[in-house]
Amino acid sequence: MKSIAFGQYYPADSPVHKIDPRAKVILTILYIVCTFLCKNVLAFAALLLSAILLTSLSKIPLRMILRSLRPLIVILTFTSLINVFMTKGEHLLTPNWQIPFWGGHVWHIKIYEEGLWNALFMILRIVVLLIGTSVLLSYTTTPIALTDALERLMKPLKLIRVPVHDIAMMTTIALRFIPTLMEETQRIMNAQKARGADFTSGGLIRRAKSLLPVLIPLLVSAFNRAYELAAAMECRCYHGGKEKTKMKILHLRFGDVLAVLLIVAFGVGIVFLNRFGFYYTMK
Amino acid sequence: MDKIVLDHVSFVYNPGTPFEKKALDDVSLSIEANCITGVIGHTGSGKSTMMMLLNGLSAPSSGKVFLDGYDINSSFKDVFPEWLKKPEYATMRKSAAKKAIKAEVAKRKKTLCFRVGLVMQYPEYQLFEETVYKDIAYGPKNMGLSEEEIKERVYEAIRFSGLDESILQKSPFDLSGGQKRRVAIAGVIAMRPEVLVLDEPAAGLDPRGREQIFREICRYQKATSSTVIMVSHSMEDMAEYCQNMIVLAHSRLIAQGSCNEVFSNVSLLEGTGLDIPQITQLTRLLKQSGLELPEDVYTVDRAVELLKDLYQSKKGTV
Ligand SMILES: Nc1ncnc2c1ncn2[C@@H]1O[C@H](COP(=O)(O)OP(=O)(O)O)[C@@H](O)[C@H]1O
Ligand SMILES: [Mg+2]
Repeated sequence: MKSIAFGQYYPADSPVHKIDPRAKVILTILYIVCTFLCKNVLAFAALLLSAILLTSLSKIPLRMILRSLRPLIVILTFTSLINVFMTKGEHLLTPNWQIPFWGGHVWHIKIYEEGLWNALFMILRIVVLLIGTSVLLSYTTTPIALTDALERLMKPLKLIRVPVHDIAMMTTIALRFIPTLMEETQRIMNAQKARGADFTSGGLIRRAKSLLPVLIPLLVSAFNRAYELAAAMECRCYHGGKEKTKMKILHLRFGDVLAVLLIVAFGVGIVFLNRFGFYYTMK
Repeated sequence: MDKIVLDHVSFVYNPGTPFEKKALDDVSLSIEANCITGVIGHTGSGKSTMMMLLNGLSAPSSGKVFLDGYDINSSFKDVFPEWLKKPEYATMRKSAAKKAIKAEVAKRKKTLCFRVGLVMQYPEYQLFEETVYKDIAYGPKNMGLSEEEIKERVYEAIRFSGLDESILQKSPFDLSGGQKRRVAIAGVIAMRPEVLVLDEPAAGLDPRGREQIFREICRYQKATSSTVIMVSHSMEDMAEYCQNMIVLAHSRLIAQGSCNEVFSNVSLLEGTGLDIPQITQLTRLLKQSGLELPEDVYTVDRAVELLKDLYQSKKGTV
């Protein structure tokens, strides 16, 4: 298969890439818990440090990570503004900021020191959350490995008759065909452009209409592919997950266990740091 | 005369990512007008990539593509100072000339895909309309032609493609693979392009279908005396149907010229995984062992003819 850029997976040879995907799922969950445990400046500093360390370990270029943060700017500004203006505390920073309205009304703007800290912590929390999950999962784990891991981790759910294997298989197939479909879309678009199709001009309705020559062939080929795949799977006697063995068997290694232990220790460390009353502690 | 010229053209997919891939590397070539030029090379040698540069679907990473001497990717800024000296603009006021030149550049960009008709690899996937007629009419409709004109072109195109007119009212999805392929080709022919580019027109067809498609392409070229470029990875087909050849290997240009020129230089093809046609190899071997045969036998038909003549003349002397 052609190795085209799909999703966010960034191939590299790094210790983070090598961690077992199951361990990575657990690590991610624990890391998210850690970000929510942080309460004061010291803890957040440690958290930021860990994110930087993680990124440099994973060998993912910094600009890729920064690029993935760009869409967050709107949300970050919005939440921090809300935090700055809505938090009530004890240290009022703006005792006499007033906006006069007509009719003698006056609006007091009250910004408390606590609000600024909260805003800063919130930004840090969201940014680290995103960096952590993307470095631990999306950038360093192939989607296929991820579904495999999820299937293993959800195995106990089989006892209550959740069709874990089928869900995993469906997800795997869907993920496997995303790049194929993207490639196909590009190809069909090119073919129609070669016949003078114009996807960019005109109003909304005209533009939607101009996509029909792409959507119809795409749907037709997607259905054909699905039928072919189903036939191919049946020909190889696929009948659900029963007694199916895996080609790639995941092995937990010492490093994986160590990574999980480290992050647990990190969480404990953060709880410990939270106890120091340093500048400001979140409630 | 050269219809299309590529000047030091390179193309890179996904530049600046770990998936970066140089698909064309400093390719310079020219394509003669009014004849069939074959582009040949192994899978992955960059043939399809090159074809997409010819009608402006993608722009080269570096280098230039000329159609009739005009750089198809030039912007208003590139041509403005040059064109201002042209007689038709020189008489205008500067602002009017600027406007006119801007419009002309935009028009050239827009009409490029109608002038260079590209049939992509496996074009049957592009069919989408309810009927074959409507599908073939899609291109001409985008050109903004009248119903009358469109109808004329659809019927002309279906004739060139060797299909029966009764097929026009059928759904394209009910056709066989070979028929779909022809309908897709007809959809591009209906735009009456000056240059027809076909990317592997016979890929995946049976030998008989292959031959028919190639014959029809030849017939089309003769009837319209347009420029045809076709891609293949079969030397045999190329030798039989093309006048000129372009050989690509590993993203680079290996050879270009008439079939004779390319095949007479066998050493060039070494290491490309390509070879001169088997029948040429055979006749050359026969020649070495003393038979009076020419060097440039590329088709089985011709070889049979020559051998027959040789046999007859030998029989006469004995
Ligand atoms: N959309 C694409 N993205 C990335 N790489 C591509 C893409 N299309 C083609 N390539 C790569 O460019 C090279 C040339 O491809 P192509 O022009 O399709 O070759 P050919 O048509 O001669 O078989 C191949 O190595 C191919 O993997
Ligand atoms: Mg190709």
